[in-house]
Amino acid sequence: MNQHLLFDRIDEPGLNTIPVYEKRGGYGAMRRALAMPPAAIIEEIKQSSLRGRGGAGFQMGQKASFLPQGEMAKYLVCNADESEPGTFKDRELMQKCPHMLIEGIVITTFGTGIHHAFIYIRGEYQLQAQILEAAIAEAEAAGYLGENILGSGHSLKLVLHRGAGAYICGEETGLLDSLEGKRGNPRLKPPFPAIEGLYAGPTLVNNVETLSTVPTIINMGGAEYAKIGTEGSAGTKLISVSGDVQRPGNYEIELGIPSREIIYGLCGGPRPGREVKMWFPGGSSSPVLLAEDLDLPYDFDTLAKAGSMLGSGAIIVVDDSHSALEVARKVTKFYSHESCGKCVPCREGTNWTHKMFARIESGEATPMDLDIVASVQNQIMGNCLCVLGDAMAMPIASIVAKFRAELEAEIEAARERANALPLATLPQAIPVGAH
Amino acid sequence: MSSLDRRPPVRRYEHGSRVPGWDEAVDLTKPPATVPDPALTPVPQELRERIEQLMAQYPNPKSASIPALHLAQEHHGWCSPEAIAQVACVMRLTPAYLTSVASFYDMFALTPKPKHDVYVCTNITCSLLGADEFYEHMCAAAHGHADIGVRGFECLGACDIGPMASVNGEYVGPLNEDDAQRIVEDLEAGRPVLEHKQLRHRAVADPRGRVAEWSGIDPVGQEGSA
Ligand SMILES: Cc1cc2nc3c(=O)[nH]c(=O)nc-3n(C[C@H](O)[C@H](O)[C@H](O)COP(=O)(O)O)c2cc1C
Ligand code: FES
Repeated sequence: MNQHLLFDRIDEPGLNTIPVYEKRGGYGAMRRALAMPPAAIIEEIKQSSLRGRGGAGFQMGQKASFLPQGEMAKYLVCNADESEPGTFKDRELMQKCPHMLIEGIVITTFGTGIHHAFIYIRGEYQLQAQILEAAIAEAEAAGYLGENILGSGHSLKLVLHRGAGAYICGEETGLLDSLEGKRGNPRLKPPFPAIEGLYAGPTLVNNVETLSTVPTIINMGGAEYAKIGTEGSAGTKLISVSGDVQRPGNYEIELGIPSREIIYGLCGGPRPGREVKMWFPGGSSSPVLLAEDLDLPYDFDTLAKAGSMLGSGAIIVVDDSHSALEVARKVTKFYSHESCGKCVPCREGTNWTHKMFARIESGEATPMDLDIVASVQNQIMGNCLCVLGDAMAMPIASIVAKFRAELEAEIEAARERANALPLATLPQAIPVGAH
Repeated sequence: MSSLDRRPPVRRYEHGSRVPGWDEAVDLTKPPATVPDPALTPVPQELRERIEQLMAQYPNPKSASIPALHLAQEHHGWCSPEAIAQVACVMRLTPAYLTSVASFYDMFALTPKPKHDVYVCTNITCSLLGADEFYEHMCAAAHGHADIGVRGFECLGACDIGPMASVNGEYVGPLNEDDAQRIVEDLEAGRPVLEHKQLRHRAVADPRGRVAEWSGIDPVGQEGSA
C-alpha cells in the first residue's frame, strides 16, 4: 500500500543533478536496459500494463509496439505541455527529478529503435525548462545521451522544445504541428502518430509521468509493477489536487484507493464548515462527480463506469460556497478561448455555450436555454477533429444534468435582478427536439 | 430578375468585406512580402547565431520557428515587424508565415507590450480561490506603471498555489490583496518578486516526498492560510 515510486523523497536537495540521482540508484535501470534485447524492454512495459498518464489512458506498451520495426526516421515526443486546468504533476517531476524523465526516454528509445527525441514543454514553465536544459547538458556530458551511449551502440539526440502558450498543443497532433514550427492545429486521425507523426515519420507520443515511470518498471520488472494498483489500473499515479481543500498539491497514490481518502485523508477536505459540492476527478475536461461519489475507488475503470474519467489525474474540488453557474462559466470561457478554430463544432460550440452562460447571468435566459446548452453539447461530442470540443462538452453536459434545479433558480434570480418578466408570465415554449 | 437579385443589399466596408478591420494588418496596395533579402535586413549577430543554432537542432529547420520567435521577442521586447523580418530572414521563411504562427500563441505579442509581464491565472481553480478579485487588485496596483502589463491568463499549471500569478516567468502564490502592491514594488526596485511565495522554494505536498533538509517553503506550515 505504501508504494512510492516517483515521489520518494523527491525534495532531496540536488536531486536534479546526476550525482545525487545516481546515489539513489538513478540511471541503473538505463544500464540494465541497454544490456537487454530491445524487444524485451517493450515486453516489460507491456507486462506492466502501464496506462498513459497524459489523459487518454492508452497502454504504453501497446502504443510502442504499433511503431514500425527497423531502421528509419522515427521519433519520440515527450508531452510536457501540461495545460489541462487543474494539472501540475509533470511540473514537480521535471523541476525536482528531471533525470528520471531523461532515463525513461533513453530506455524507451532504445526499446523502439528511435534516435531522435523531443520534450515539448509549455512556454510558461520557464524554471522547469531551465532545469531540464541543464539536466540534458549534464547527461550529454556524462555520455548518457548522444552517440553510442555507454558503448551500447544506441545513439540519441534529445532536444528540449519550448511552446508558447496554447492548450491545444497538449493534444498530440496539435503538438506535432507546433513542433514542426506551425500553428498548433490538430490533424485528422487516422493516420495515428505511431504510423505517421512528426515529419511524417512514425512517432511515439507519451506524457512526462508515463516516461518517468519506465525506469521503475525496468527495475522492478513489468509483472511485479502490474501487481501495484488494480487489475485495469496498474501502478501508482501522481495526482494534482486543487480547489477547496486544505492541503492542495501533488500526491502519489496507489491506483484504486477510495477518492475520499485522497480528498479528505491526504488533502484535508474543504475548510471547516464547508462540504464538497462537486469534484472534477481528472482535470476540467472530466464530467463532474458529486459528494455521493466520494467512495468510488480512484482508478481508470471505476471512474469511467461512473460516467467520468481519470484523465490527467487532476482533482478539482468545489465546495458549497460556489455556484454551479460560476463553475460552468469559467470552464466554457477557457475552452472557447483555447479552441483552435479549425473545426466548426468546437469553434462555434464552445463559443456559443460560453455566450449562453453569459445570457443566464445577465438575466436574459429561460430554462429552455439549458435545453439548448445540453443539445449543443450533444452536437459537439464525437463530432470534432480532436477532443478539445468534447473536453468542454463532457463537463458542461454533466453540470447541466446534475445541477439543473440550481441553474433554473439562478436563471429566475438573474431575471429578477435584471427586471425581466418573471418566467411564469412567459408563454410555454416547446423544448428543443420535441417535435 | 432572379430572387437572388431582390435580396437587400449587404452593407459592406470600403475594402469590400463585411468584416470590419480584417485587413488592418495589411496594406493591399503593396506587393506581398517575400522572404526578406539578407542584404537589406540587418540581423544582430548574436540573434542570428542563436537562431541558426536552434535550426541545426531539428531534422527540419522550420521547427525552430517558435523558439526563434521567443528569442526575437526577448531581443526586441515584442514581435515587431522588424523582429519578425529578422527571424524570417535567418530562417528563409516569409514574414506572413511567421506572423500567422506568432498570432496563434498567447505568449507572443504582435503589438508593443510593457517590459514586465504579470500573468494572473483566472482559470477554474484559481478563480474558486479568489483570482478574479486578485486580478482587479493587481490591475489597480499596476495602474500608472507603464512598464507593467497585467493580463488574465489560463491555467498556468500551479493551481496548488492559487490564486497565483507568473511575474516575468516566476510563479508566485497563494496571493492576497497586499501582494499586488508588493509585486509592483519589487518589480520597480528590480528585486526578486515575492521571494517568500515563489513556487521554486515550495516543498511537495506529499509527505513521503519530503525531506528534513528542505530549506524552502513548507506548504503544511501554511495550512489554511491560503
Ligand atoms: C485538448 C487536449 C489537450 C491535451 N493536453 C495534454 C497535456 O497537456 N499533456 C499530456 O501529456 N497529454 C495531453 N493530452 C493527451 C495527448 O493527446 C496524448 O494522449 C498523450 O500525450 C499521450 O501520452 P500518454 O499515452 O503517455 O498519456 C491532451 C489531449 C487533448 C485532446
Ligand atoms: S487554475 Fe490557476 S494555475 Fe491552474
